[in-house]
Amino acid sequence: MNSGASSFVEGVDLSFYIILGISAFFLVGITFAMIFFVIKYRRSKNPKASNIKGSNTLEIVWTVIPTILVLIMFYYGWLGFKPMREKPDNAMTIKAHAQMWSWSFEYEDGRRNQELVVPINKPIILELISHDVLHSLYIPAFRIKEDMIPGKKDNWMWFKAQEEGEYDILCAEYCGERHSYMLSKVRVLPEDEYKTWYREKLGKSDDPPGLQILKQNACISCHSMDGSEIVGPTFKGIWGRKEMVTTDGKKREITVDRDYIIKSIYQPNADVVEGFNSGQMISYESTISEEQIDQIIEYLKTLE
Amino acid sequence: MSDTSNNYVNFFQAKKGIKSWIFTLDHKRIALLYLYAVMSFFLVGVLLGLLMRLELIAPGETIMKATMYNQTFTLHGVIMIFLFIIPSVPAIFGNFFLPIMIGTDDVAFPRLNLLSWWLYIAGATLALLTLVVGEGPADTGWTFYAPYSVQTGTNVTMAVMAAFILGFSSILTGLNFIVTIHRLRTPKMKWFNMPLFTWALYATSWIQLLATPVIGITLLMIVAERVFGVGLFDPAIGGDPILYQHLFWIYSHPAVYIMILPAMGIISEIIPTAAHRTIFGYKAIAISSLAIAFVGYFVWGHHMFTSGMSGPARIIFSILTFLVAIPSAIKVFNWTATLYKGSIEINTPLLYTLAFIFQFSVGGLTGLVVGALAADVHIHDTYFVVGHFHYVMFGGTGFAMFGALHYWFPKIWGKMYNTLVAKVGFTILFIGFNVLYFPMFVLGLLGMPRRYYDYLPEFTLWNQVSTVGSWILATGLIIVIINLINAYRKGAKAPVNPWGGVTLEWQVKSPPPLHNFDRMPIVSEDGPYDFSEEYKQKIKQA
Repeated sequence: MNSGASSFVEGVDLSFYIILGISAFFLVGITFAMIFFVIKYRRSKNPKASNIKGSNTLEIVWTVIPTILVLIMFYYGWLGFKPMREKPDNAMTIKAHAQMWSWSFEYEDGRRNQELVVPINKPIILELISHDVLHSLYIPAFRIKEDMIPGKKDNWMWFKAQEEGEYDILCAEYCGERHSYMLSKVRVLPEDEYKTWYREKLGKSDDPPGLQILKQNACISCHSMDGSEIVGPTFKGIWGRKEMVTTDGKKREITVDRDYIIKSIYQPNADVVEGFNSGQMISYESTISEEQIDQIIEYLKTLE
Repeated sequence: MSDTSNNYVNFFQAKKGIKSWIFTLDHKRIALLYLYAVMSFFLVGVLLGLLMRLELIAPGETIMKATMYNQTFTLHGVIMIFLFIIPSVPAIFGNFFLPIMIGTDDVAFPRLNLLSWWLYIAGATLALLTLVVGEGPADTGWTFYAPYSVQTGTNVTMAVMAAFILGFSSILTGLNFIVTIHRLRTPKMKWFNMPLFTWALYATSWIQLLATPVIGITLLMIVAERVFGVGLFDPAIGGDPILYQHLFWIYSHPAVYIMILPAMGIISEIIPTAAHRTIFGYKAIAISSLAIAFVGYFVWGHHMFTSGMSGPARIIFSILTFLVAIPSAIKVFNWTATLYKGSIEINTPLLYTLAFIFQFSVGGLTGLVVGALAADVHIHDTYFVVGHFHYVMFGGTGFAMFGALHYWFPKIWGKMYNTLVAKVGFTILFIGFNVLYFPMFVLGLLGMPRRYYDYLPEFTLWNQVSTVGSWILATGLIIVIINLINAYRKGAKAPVNPWGGVTLEWQVKSPPPLHNFDRMPIVSEDGPYDFSEEYKQKIKQA
């Protein structure tokens, strides 16, 4: 494990090792005592049992000592946890957007990136925003995790990366079909490299505008562009395709045109294509404008 | 000791025919109805678990698609929790032995008892119906977290209604046991003359009665939201997803103690019998059951340390969580001390008991890790938690249940199983269990989240070890179950008291007569675990 990858690693690992140490001691002690007694006092060796009913002294001892020990464990747990909930000064704020099933990180000037890129030794506050269901932003190497709750305001977590490198970002709260594919990376760069990246690379993309919108809104985590079926119908050859859909329980055939695309983005459960489930997609009425949909359509036309 | 000669009518012989079973008011027959149903669902749950492990043997798709995997782990959870673990010990062994252990002929409300079983069957049927209608079984996880559970197209409403009905079965059983224990104890049996299994059931019943209605209300709220669009939990229509989590865990954490307390009661029975001596610290064990039940109500927040609760709330829930560990620790110490200077017969029930203490300790101690705020932030919602609760639930309650089955088998059916095969089966089960679940702790520490259909390549090795463990465990399970079925079909006659126990069930014939006692049971004034020669003589003479 990457010890010290973030400023929280030490506190978390310390609390873990203290509890593990005490626990291992008790587990070995109890297991050993049990096996020792069973062998030593087996019926063939010890045909007559002594009926010892108990001992108040022992009851007090094994109530008080464990109580003290668990309070110590609590203390170290709290100690390692406390700084996680204290907002640091002079931190940089990045908005972390989660939606089924992708991450996107919005920097101070509004530009976005799929991976989280941060400078080393700089406190970063992540503002946690979920657009659909519960997610949980988890960076194992940094020992941090916080749920992303739709509708919750001022939901945040923070960290300070201490070692350069690339670390996994995972979703820890089950969020539906492709939960285990909701992955990203955090890249920790030296200050100057970060500045260059921020100036030259962030938000810059050679992708056509339509594709950029599809990526930003995580459309392509469910709709493939190569003809394979993931969660929804593939985008490949979608423009002008004839599809059987279910509307209010009745089947009918439609042709994918501008109206249909707008309707499936704004009311995704209205006309569900045969072979796919309803309830998998939320409405994007408030996030994608009609102008943007036109850009998407321009791009879809190219996917033949 | 008298043999099981046929000069009396036992409860199997009292009446014949299917109707005499499914409409029976006899607590022993109802117990067996539960046993057959619960064990069937257990095997279904095991099968689903094996399929999940098989899928996880390698990264990428192995045998099923993502949605099917998500439905599988949800159904595995729903079956194992609501259809197996919660009813397992109370409804099977509680029903069978509670009245006998307190010296009476049935529970207080036999008709209500039958209704509980029928509700169980109705709920179970509904849960299985989700498989074949609509868009298939729920894919939300057994926790039904909103707002996903409000939005998904799968059969959440039906699964939730199933859990709702099963809840009533549990509430009514709890109510029945509480009244039985208060009102029907044989005259000489004072509170502190009750066996510890009875104490454990008593504590459990209060949780069933007081906590289960909360989940009932919560589940109905989900239905109201899904069916009528009432905004309760989904922020898109004005609800609060955290409210759901609070309501869910206000029941579901105490429910964890519904699952483990009765199992602890079984351990408190098997140990003194196997050691042929009185239990160490009777009152401490009895009172610790009540303490667990009581404190257990106030720790639900530890499921939500990363859900954005306020700092002070997290601190209070963490302290309380650590405190609830103390009564469990007290039990473990007293059980171990009971082995001291005993005269110990190393029989199959004792082996399950020792495995219980070891595995429950692993589960409990890893519970301390997840109870600590800092460590939990890292481990929460990872495989560490999956390992932790399987050690408590399966390594604890599951093993106690099999221990109880081997302990009371000769009493229930009047026959004995092959003890060598039973021990071999146990050993394989024990090894398989640990190979299956221990790697999950490692996976969790490495950062593998739970409910993961696919995983990063670095998690492969430990997933493979775990899957191999699942095969070993299945082998052990098959040996154990076939051995018991063989004993049921053609086992040798068992004596009335094969283990030398002193609680009241060993004073009735095997299998017990319809009304349990044909004379007043003899209760020792010296507590339920009186292994003195005088008491044994007294029973013999009577």
